[in-house]
Amino acid sequence: MSDPDVIVVGGGPAGSCAAIVAARAGLSVVLLERGPFPGSKNMYGGVVYPRILDDLIPNWWEEAPIQRWVTRRATMLLTETQALTVDFRTEAWGKAPYNGATAYRPDFDAWLAGYAEAAGAQVLTSTTVTGLLRDDKGAVVGVTTDRPDGDLRARVVIACDGVNSFLAKEAGLYEHTDAKHFTLGVKETLALPKEVIDERFGVRGREGVDIEIVGCTGGINGGGFVYTNLDTVAVGVVLKLTKLAAQATRPEQIIANLKGHPAIAPLIEGGEMKEYSAHLIPEAGLRMMPKMTTDGMMVAGDAAALCLAAGIWLEGVNFAMASGMYAGETAVEAVRVNDVSAKGLVGYQRRLSNTFVLKDHRKLRRAPELVLSDRVQHLYPQMMANIAERMFRVDNPEPKPGLRRILRQERKRAGVRRRHLWRDAFTGFRSYG
Amino acid sequence: MTAMNFMETMETAEFRVHPDAHIVVDGSVCTDCTTRECVVACPANLFVPTADGGVLFNYEQCFECGTCYLVCTQAGAITWNYPAGGHGVVFHRT
Ligand SMILES: Cc1cc2nc3c(=O)[nH]c(=O)nc-3n(C[C@H](O)[C@H](O)[C@H](O)COP(=O)(O)OP(=O)(O)OC[C@H]3O[C@@H](n4cnc5c(N)ncnc54)[C@H](O)[C@@H]3O)c2cc1C
Ligand code: SF4
Ligand code: SF4
Repeated sequence: MSDPDVIVVGGGPAGSCAAIVAARAGLSVVLLERGPFPGSKNMYGGVVYPRILDDLIPNWWEEAPIQRWVTRRATMLLTETQALTVDFRTEAWGKAPYNGATAYRPDFDAWLAGYAEAAGAQVLTSTTVTGLLRDDKGAVVGVTTDRPDGDLRARVVIACDGVNSFLAKEAGLYEHTDAKHFTLGVKETLALPKEVIDERFGVRGREGVDIEIVGCTGGINGGGFVYTNLDTVAVGVVLKLTKLAAQATRPEQIIANLKGHPAIAPLIEGGEMKEYSAHLIPEAGLRMMPKMTTDGMMVAGDAAALCLAAGIWLEGVNFAMASGMYAGETAVEAVRVNDVSAKGLVGYQRRLSNTFVLKDHRKLRRAPELVLSDRVQHLYPQMMANIAERMFRVDNPEPKPGLRRILRQERKRAGVRRRHLWRDAFTGFRSYG
Repeated sequence: MTAMNFMETMETAEFRVHPDAHIVVDGSVCTDCTTRECVVACPANLFVPTADGGVLFNYEQCFECGTCYLVCTQAGAITWNYPAGGHGVVFHRT
C-alpha cells in the first residue's frame, strides 16, 4: 500500500466524519478500525443528535438507521419509593428536520463509515493500531498495526480511538489520566413487542422516549436512563468509577435495583434480555481535556474527552462527529500548504474553540461536578420528592400547609443547608442559564 | 441478581475470543492488594477472589472498557491491551 495523506484511527463517529471530510477534499485516506465492522465495539445510551450532519449528509434523516425519533423527554428524580418527573413532549421533533433519535451504534457507526468509503477512504477493519511511528524529532509520521504488513505512514494521523485513547497518551497529549474523570456505563437491551412499548410509553409510529434519571444509583454518584428503540428498551446506569470501586454493590445489581423501582418496573416488565454491555465515558470535560494537536497528529471525539456529560445532557456522538469534521478540514488545509507540524494544525483548536464543541464545554464547565455532587445526587431528589408528596397530599381535616413552610421543613429534614442550596442554585444558573 | 443469572446475562453478548489474552493480571501483586477495586467494578465480573487470598482473572468475556486498569491502585498488577483486530467483544444492539 502506498502511503496515504491521512490515517484516521477509529471507525466511530469522530473517525468516520474526519475520513469523509478529508476524502471528499481529495486526500487519500485510510481509516483503521479494530472491530470486525465499524460500530462493533461501540456502546452508548443512546440518543444521537445528528444536526451537525446537515452539510455533510443532506437529508440524513431519510438515510440514517434510526430506531425512533425522540418526541418525549423526561427527567426523573427517584428515591426508593418516590418519583418526581418533568416530562416534555413535542410534535416538532417527530418530523423533518427532526432533533434526536434512538439508534443502535453498530448500525449508526457502520452507516456513517459507509459515507467515508463512498468518499474514497479505504476502511480497514479488524485492524488494531498498536502504537505511533515518530521521526527523529518526535513528530508523528504514522502508526504500527497488528496486520501482517504492519506499519503505515502518512502525512497526518487523526486519533479518533475513543475514551481510552492510547494514542493520545503515547503522544504525551494527556498530562495524566485519573479514574475520577470517568464514569462506567452499563446497560441492558430488553426486547418487547413494538405495540407494548408504544402503549407503555404513550407514543405511536416512530415516536420515542428518552428518560434521564437521578437518584437511582445507591450511594454511587451517577445516573440512570431508559430509551425506547423500535422493539427493545435500553435500561442502564452510569457510575462514577472511584465511587463504584469504593463500595460493595456490583454494576449489574445497580441496574437490577433500577429495574425493580416502582416507577420503572411496569415500563419494562416481561422484557427479554437481548444484550448486556458496558463502556466508559470521559466525564470531566475541560478538567481532563488533553492538548489537541502535536506535530503530525490531532485528537478528536472521546479520545480528546470532548463528550459532554452534564447531567440532563449526555451528548458525545455529536461532539465526536463535529470534532472529527474539524480535524478533517484542518488536515486538508495542512496538507495543502505542506505544514503538518503542530503549528500547521492550529486551525483545529481554532475550529473547536469557535463552535459549539468548546463553547458548550466552557459554558457547562461546572455542570459535571455539580450534577455528580453528593447534594444533587443524594439530598435534593429526596427533598424535592417530599415537597411534591406534601403538596399533593390531602391531610383533611388539616388545612393545606403553605408552600413556604413545606419548603423550609423539607429542606431541614433532608439536611440541606440554605447556604448550600443557594450556592448550588447559583452554580446551576451560571452553568445552564 | 444471582451469580447464575449474571452468567446468563453475559451469554447475551458476543465475544470472538482470541487464543492470546489481551489483559494479563499479575496474581502476585493482587495477593498483597487489600482494596480489590477490580472485583466490584469490572462490569463483566472477570476478577474473582480465590480462597487462598489471590485473584483469578479470565479475559474471555471482556468488554474492553478500561475500568480495571483505571481503578486498580497497584502498579504492575494489570497489563492492558486491546485484543488483536477482529477479536473480542462484538456489539449488535447497543
Ligand atoms: C453508557 C453511555 C451512554 C452514552 N449516551 C450517549 C447518548 O445518549 N448520546 C450521545 O450522543 N452520546 C452518548 N454517549 C457518548 C458517546 O458514546 C461517545 O461520546 C461517542 O461514541 C464518541 O465517539 P468517538 O468516535 O470519539 O469514539 P468511539 O465511538 O468510542 O469510537 C472509537 C473507535 O475507535 C476504535 N479504536 C479504538 N482504539 C483503536 C485502535 N488502537 N486501533 C483501531 N481502532 C481503535 C474503536 O473500536 C471504536 O470504533 C454515551 C456513552 C456511554 C458509554
Ligand atoms: S487487579 Fe489491582 S485492584 Fe484488582 S486485586 Fe489486583 S492489584 Fe488489586
Ligand atoms: S476491560 Fe472492563 S470488562 Fe474487561 S476486564 Fe477490565 S473492567 Fe472487566
